[in-house]
Amino acid sequence: MSCCAAGTESAADLDRLGSDGPSAEEMWVSSRPLGNGLRQVDLIVPGVHCGACIALIERELPKTPGIDHARVNLSTRRVSVVFTGQGGDGQAEEVLGSLGERLQSLGYPAHLPGGADETGDPAFRELLKALAVAGFASMNVMLLSVSVWSGAEAATRDLFHWISALIAAPALAYSGRIFFRSAWGALKHGRANMDVPITLGVLLAYAISLHETITHGEHAYFDASVTLLFFLLAGRTLDHMMRERARSAVRNLVRLSPRGAMVIREDGSRDYLSLDEIEPGMRLAIAPGDRIPVDGRVVSGRSDMDFAVVNGESAPQRVEPGALAPAGTLNLTGALVLEATRNAKTSFLAEMVSMMEAAESGRAGYRRLADRASSIYAPVVHLLALGTFIGWMVVSGDWRMAMMTAVAVLIITCPCALGLAVPVVQVVAAGRLFEHGIMVKDGSAMERLAETDRVVFDKTGTLTRGKPQLVNSAAIDPEHLALAARIASSSRHPLSKALAAHDRPERDLAEFATTETPGEGVVATTPRGDVYRLGRANFALDGPGQESRADDASSQVILSRNGRFVEVFLFSDQLRSGAAAAIARLSSLGIGSEILSGDREAPVHALADDLGVKDFTAGVRPRGKVDRLRALASDGGKPLMVGDGLNDAPALSAAHVSMAPASAADVGRTAADFVFLHDSLEAVPLAVEVSRKAGKLIRQNFGLAILYNVIAVPVAVLGYATPLIAALAMSSSSVIVVLNSLRLRRKAEVEAFAQARAGQDENAEPAAAQLTGSAGMQASS
Amino acid sequence: MTNLIFLIPIALVLGGLGLAAFLWSMKSGQYDDLDGAAWRILDDGEDKPDED
Repeated sequence: MSCCAAGTESAADLDRLGSDGPSAEEMWVSSRPLGNGLRQVDLIVPGVHCGACIALIERELPKTPGIDHARVNLSTRRVSVVFTGQGGDGQAEEVLGSLGERLQSLGYPAHLPGGADETGDPAFRELLKALAVAGFASMNVMLLSVSVWSGAEAATRDLFHWISALIAAPALAYSGRIFFRSAWGALKHGRANMDVPITLGVLLAYAISLHETITHGEHAYFDASVTLLFFLLAGRTLDHMMRERARSAVRNLVRLSPRGAMVIREDGSRDYLSLDEIEPGMRLAIAPGDRIPVDGRVVSGRSDMDFAVVNGESAPQRVEPGALAPAGTLNLTGALVLEATRNAKTSFLAEMVSMMEAAESGRAGYRRLADRASSIYAPVVHLLALGTFIGWMVVSGDWRMAMMTAVAVLIITCPCALGLAVPVVQVVAAGRLFEHGIMVKDGSAMERLAETDRVVFDKTGTLTRGKPQLVNSAAIDPEHLALAARIASSSRHPLSKALAAHDRPERDLAEFATTETPGEGVVATTPRGDVYRLGRANFALDGPGQESRADDASSQVILSRNGRFVEVFLFSDQLRSGAAAAIARLSSLGIGSEILSGDREAPVHALADDLGVKDFTAGVRPRGKVDRLRALASDGGKPLMVGDGLNDAPALSAAHVSMAPASAADVGRTAADFVFLHDSLEAVPLAVEVSRKAGKLIRQNFGLAILYNVIAVPVAVLGYATPLIAALAMSSSSVIVVLNSLRLRRKAEVEAFAQARAGQDENAEPAAAQLTGSAGMQASS
Repeated sequence: MTNLIFLIPIALVLGGLGLAAFLWSMKSGQYDDLDGAAWRILDDGEDKPDED
């Protein structure tokens, strides 16, 4: 279990998620009282991935004073922390503050769960209980049936039939109500769904068997009716798991805009109010590092702000009194006082969400494969059973015999294998993708991804890391670099952070006092009276004439001593790892790539040349991206959009299928069908490959189910389907379909590519490899 | 035939016990974190004998 000892992946995670963990106030607002002066707060810790992480967190957190205990849930990547505190006295805030720091220092950055807190999933529990009851009943009834088939004498047979009837009745009532409800709902609206033949088959089988039992008949289908329920419920449960688990996993990632904000009252007192209590006109104190909770206008203070959620670019902009700050943007360097202009419901973020919903309606036209199959299947089955009944009535005139045969047809054709065909494959495929750090929102996303024929990439934050890196470090005097890094470490500006990464704490440098001028740079004064300035050229340098090399493609920061030029630091954005390999891999899969970026022409062109992508468009607004995707779709294409920013969110919704990195903006992640957690872009071709493989298996499963029907239905129609044959045929077809689906778990089928990736990319995480052992099929979770 | 009078109720009761145990374990949250449980069983940090 040495996998997480060294914090191999946490370093990257820390870097990515670290800057804005939840504040103590936010944690307080989301915590809930447990009584006895204890409160519980649930946090998401994406870095947890093995037993050592669990042990470490559960051992270390309680050492913080005020924390009673912590419990990690590895499946949902959450930790529940129970702490003492009543609030109002500042003690609880202190505990929560140190909790956040402790998690951070352990290497597990935490954030708060998005949306309302979900305590379990009632629908899933109901399904699982129904499945358990059906399983119990089918086991016992089958046991009795086997003795009947092996030739019990008439009296014993009748006894067994009666016992079976007694077991099956409550099981049908309890486990079957899920189908009965849905079938009734469909019938009321004059439609027929898959549940109608199921309900009919199960109830008719029970009724006719009861009639047989009363009249001392030989054939009873009690076993068929309960095993039918059991298999169908298994499929239903897996399907539900597929939709719910993945969805909550993505919901987990939603790092919200703040839960609230510090409000400055008329009398100067300060209160932390939750988001929905904030009204236009209130004054909000925004500390450096905070996200803007609601749209507002800057009243006082100046700062650099990260507007990436609006324009997708990482370069910050300066704000001054009077400037507008949309909700969700990040305040970087200076404290601001904001006057709220809107409340949370009408803020910029809410607007983007409604714009996305509008775009999404275009995709609502996609129907899941299983639904399409069942819409053909259900009427065919009804007609077949009805035809059998009428046919036998005409031929033999014996209504009982005709009824028995029709019921046998309904039972035989009941879509067990069909019901399992899709969800089993999707659950296995989603588990597979999850091991490689890719979350799937729902099963239909995988179906759509398998169809994709073109990938549209965003540039900043997707193909690139969206974070500046020092590019001319080789040309810089190490002394100057160390000095600048030390000065920069006091600032939150992205360029400063990139520079501060070069700081060597062990280097002994003169102590100096730093002051940051928001939007300009940092001034550092040494005890000897030297004044260093680090920042924009016109800030750092006194007077004209000291021109530095201006470079178009990169940003620059200048270090000066007493107003004289010392060094220039050039920064540019770095390619995300695996970008070139991913594009090559995609083209070998027959998928073309193109780049749509909001950035200027020159950097986009350079990047496209680097990656060997021929199609690129620069300077595209969010609306333009949507239009481009619509154009592709109307030409019959099925574009996959890969993007990260809030500005990409409408395009993500408009695309046939979409992916976003975990570092993407909240709304972007919510809009995307897939979210990949690891840094490497090779997640894109990997997801496509797994989805295609899954699609192939689903079609095979349908083929098997159809083959089974082709053989079994004539037998049933001709009246040869005794309960024994029905039971055998039904179970074996289901088992074959499940076994076929499990082939996707075979390592060789998927992993060859992933292995190759791990070899060439040193940043690749060991997590993927060691998760394969533990994830299992997770069918029962 | 007389065997059956004992055997069938016994079989049903045993099966019912299994069902009840499953429903109980689900209710008491034992299925909430299967991945975690798989790892926890390997963690034997706390049960070393006290050194005296």
